[in-house]
Amino acid sequence: MYPSTFTYYRAGSVQEALKLLVENPDAKLLAGGHSLIPAMKLRLASPSALIDISRVPELAGIRDAGDRIVIGATTRYDDIQRSELVRQVLPILPEAIDVIGDLQVRNMGTIGGSLAHADPAADLPAVVLALGAELKAVGPDGERTIPADQFFVDLFTTALQPNEILTEISFPKPPARTGMSYQKFANPASGYAVVGAAAVVTLGEDGKVAAVRVGVTGAGPYAVRRQNVEQALVGQEPTAAAIEAASQLASEGMTFNSDIFASDEYRAHLTRVFVKRALTRAVERARG
Amino acid sequence: MQITVTVNGVTYTHDVEPRLLLVHYLRDVLNLTGTHIGCDTSQCGACTVLLNGKAVKSCTLFAVQADGAEITTIEGLARDGQLHPVQEGFWEKHGLQCGYCTPGMIMTAVDFLQRNPNPTEEEIRHAIEGNLCRCTGYQNIVRAIQYAAEKMRSGS
Repeated sequence: MYPSTFTYYRAGSVQEALKLLVENPDAKLLAGGHSLIPAMKLRLASPSALIDISRVPELAGIRDAGDRIVIGATTRYDDIQRSELVRQVLPILPEAIDVIGDLQVRNMGTIGGSLAHADPAADLPAVVLALGAELKAVGPDGERTIPADQFFVDLFTTALQPNEILTEISFPKPPARTGMSYQKFANPASGYAVVGAAAVVTLGEDGKVAAVRVGVTGAGPYAVRRQNVEQALVGQEPTAAAIEAASQLASEGMTFNSDIFASDEYRAHLTRVFVKRALTRAVERARG
Repeated sequence: MQITVTVNGVTYTHDVEPRLLLVHYLRDVLNLTGTHIGCDTSQCGACTVLLNGKAVKSCTLFAVQADGAEITTIEGLARDGQLHPVQEGFWEKHGLQCGYCTPGMIMTAVDFLQRNPNPTEEEIRHAIEGNLCRCTGYQNIVRAIQYAAEKMRSGS
């Protein structure tokens, strides 16, 4: 299968990529290309130009920024999985990445590509919501920071403007007694999340839940936080019964996708079950 | 656009259309037809090659993205008439029937064993999730990779 013809540009810097985006309003940014190229081959996307940002040095890499960890948008899944720093501080990232696609896809795919594409069944949107990440974007008018909570807007739609480039994702380092987990019900053929739930739980010295964030992907048109579940748990002793009761709220007030593989009713059920599993595992890990 | 790539140790320079997929460049321009096209939708892994040492699906890369890279295909694995341990494993353990998935399966296994020289069976099965085989049921493919792992560890 051949995609439509396009002009290929290779940007050497973010500024050059921005300039090319202004000159080619119909262009698409190419990083790992593992969502874009399949779509182009099926002619679901036919951009007139591709701007390859995969070799822009300042867009890739993982750095320790004091109380935060910052991951460049074009950092590949495989490099995140291999990072000792990420494994120690944000273990939910390698846990989730390990169930994305397959080995070859993880060698090419990038964290920023996945987030900017905002596939409703992608794994990482739930994870950045649960970690309370911030996403930095650069456009012709300068730089801005978008909280993960405001980033996913609709099906394949984010808060990014067409002339903006996602440059990095910044994660707060979790406090002591924090546990985190991503639990996914994968489509047996595609591996995509039918439902995926990410939970990050911090316990107080008294063993009660001091802070908790829950993100859900796959279930609806875009990834969402589940504040109702969080509110039900904060200040509580995280017993099995308390987690069960909070998880029952996970499907409330949500819009669910329905397709040949899973009905909306089934996705609602899976949402409750997988939020419970993610919370349970996160609490176990928070207790150490 | 002009690209320069090193494939199996030989450097090539060609003028290619940006939409030319890497797999078509390898097969149709370089005549390296050992890399197969299976599903053409990034799922089956038959087209897997090593790009700077890492397994990638060459149907999901444009040749222009590989500009400047070192590529290894199935034709480049044997050294001086000696099969690579993974190739030998597929031979010894009957890791194939029709053979269509085999080049991609082997290239994935080569990348995987570089990073995990002593894998469990479960880890092997996870590593080859992106390579589909419709003949074998994977049993002998897993044994072939186990054979290769052992052989590479013993350094013989």
